Amino acid sequence: MKLSAVNISDLTFSYPAQPVPILSKFNLEIAKGERFGLFGPNGAGKTTLMNLMTGLLILETGSIQLLDVKINNHRKLANKLFGYVPQDFSFYQELSPAENLEFFGAWYGLSRQQIKLRTNELLTVLGLEDVRNKPVEKFSGGMKRRVNLAIGVMHNPALLFLDEPTVGVDVQTRFAIIDYLKQLNENGTTLIYTSHQLSEAEGLCERIALIDDGKIIVNDNLDALLVKHKQIGLEGLFLNLTGKNYRDV
Amino acid sequence: MFKLWATIIKDIRILTRDKVGILLMFGMPILLVIIVTSIQNSTFQLIDKNKISLLIANRDTGKISKEFIQSIDKIGMFKLVPLPKNESNATVMARVKGKDALLALIIPNDFSEKMDGKAKIIAGKALNTFGLESNKTDPKSGDVGPITLYYQPILQESFRRSIQGAIYSALQLIESKQILKNLYFSINEKPLPARLENELLDNKITINEIPVSKNGSRSNPNASQHNVPAWTLFAMFFVVISLGGSMVREKLSGSFIRLKTLPTNYMVALISKQITYLAVTMLQAAVIFAIGIWLFPLIHLPALNLPVDVFGLIIVSLTCGWCAVSYAICIGVFAHTPEQANGFGAVSIVILAAIGGLMVPSFAMPQSFALVMKLSPMHWCLEAYYGLFLEGGTLNDVLINIIPLLLITICLQALSIAGLKMKNLI
Repeated sequence: MKLSAVNISDLTFSYPAQPVPILSKFNLEIAKGERFGLFGPNGAGKTTLMNLMTGLLILETGSIQLLDVKINNHRKLANKLFGYVPQDFSFYQELSPAENLEFFGAWYGLSRQQIKLRTNELLTVLGLEDVRNKPVEKFSGGMKRRVNLAIGVMHNPALLFLDEPTVGVDVQTRFAIIDYLKQLNENGTTLIYTSHQLSEAEGLCERIALIDDGKIIVNDNLDALLVKHKQIGLEGLFLNLTGKNYRDV
Repeated sequence: MFKLWATIIKDIRILTRDKVGILLMFGMPILLVIIVTSIQNSTFQLIDKNKISLLIANRDTGKISKEFIQSIDKIGMFKLVPLPKNESNATVMARVKGKDALLALIIPNDFSEKMDGKAKIIAGKALNTFGLESNKTDPKSGDVGPITLYYQPILQESFRRSIQGAIYSALQLIESKQILKNLYFSINEKPLPARLENELLDNKITINEIPVSKNGSRSNPNASQHNVPAWTLFAMFFVVISLGGSMVREKLSGSFIRLKTLPTNYMVALISKQITYLAVTMLQAAVIFAIGIWLFPLIHLPALNLPVDVFGLIIVSLTCGWCAVSYAICIGVFAHTPEQANGFGAVSIVILAAIGGLMVPSFAMPQSFALVMKLSPMHWCLEAYYGLFLEGGTLNDVLINIIPLLLITICLQALSIAGLKMKNLI
């Protein structure tokens, strides 16, 4: 039996202004080493779920366990286990990639030596070596995405949460990022990915869960789902299961 | 410790790349301290060293009006500019309006005659009191008409009052002299000897002005001693623009989201900001004091003299700086946008400076402001600085100001931590 990377049980969460819970009695298990995709229309609850798993939102009822740590009790301990690549650029634009990695590396608890080694490694792998000392605010969108990713994986996390990691980048950068994520996964990092780029998700995710109205509609191997629902791609499957109506009106 | 060090380095890097922030924290206060000290210094000099031009239109031909003008001259406050006798009131007014001088005095044509008449009446009354006989004088002959003083409306009330006081004292002197002459003549039937006249009227008692300092020093505080500490404080509290704004920008930016997912407490960031910006406030104080000491004499401003207790000055500066940083952090915690932090921060600093006595001396404020004034941290900072710079005190003398300042700082820190806890940030 595969060990769990994420184990969510009986999770209920509502925002203060909304009496109806956005997630109710929610259960999900993601195995260690998986490339897992979390999809759903706007307002389905996937960002809330991601924020709960990363500790950005505080749990009300239920539990979330990351590897062998329950985040309800050990928030800071759990934070050492995962990396997070948010959709927004989450770094200091005034600083260079090397300076950002130095600061965030220290906050991950790495030593000076580890930071130096990892910074050189990541800047080379992600093609940022030539601009390592230039302020990030002068970078293109694609370069900023790579800096965002580098910071998220600085401490070699066992678990990596990715929220739209390739939004707004060119084909070359997207290819490079997806390729790097696959390398990470081969080295043992569990990937939990959410995006609206469904074609990209097809190439990355082995297993997916579709969420709508705070509930899991399907949760299975992608190939098996396509066969079961007689679809040739993830986009068709998505529309087939969630409908074509606007969700954010 | 490495986390804190890395955070301090990060904060210093961001700070040094914010050119506008640096200009606001250093350039603006330096400019302010130079301008305000120059203005106040020229006001001091206007009163202390430079003589004020006074136009005098003497329409009287008598001896007494000439003596009156000599008395005014002896005060040493005025540079007298005589005008032709027949100069009309309108022309005199036009001269003042045209800023030929700030003041003009018109002595009426019967001044000597009336003044003499008044002196005779008073002398006669005095003789009667002594049981001696006096010459009969028409009581109406002593109605001295008013002398007229035209002035530029830009002159402040207090300044005008001191000019009026000086002219009154000259008038009083002339009047007393006339009465004395008349009395002497009535009793001795000969004029008052010049030697006696001088002894009786000119032998004034001098006034020794001694500043009451704590260390017994008798040096007179100058405009620099007043202004440099006050505007240094203003500069220190103005870090709210850079620090408060940067805290809000960090809260709103993606970097804060990532910080919340890292295994390090946000308190590290908070401590780092305090250390970095405390260093900034110390640097501000050092730069502004250095300007006061070395640059001011080169631009003909009085040099700033550092207090005797330099250790006390460092402790007071550190306490003031910490309070300024704590205030900026508190604003940064509760503001929702950089505009809110900058707007509220800047306006509140001006208000705190005003009620704290930086703009108007605290002794000149209405009684009702006494409590409000004590709520302004800048009041305690200023009192502590003045205790060292103006009163020649030591750290022990200003502890009474440092303690309330520390209490305010602790309250601001507690409020910031409560705000961060409420927002689930620590």
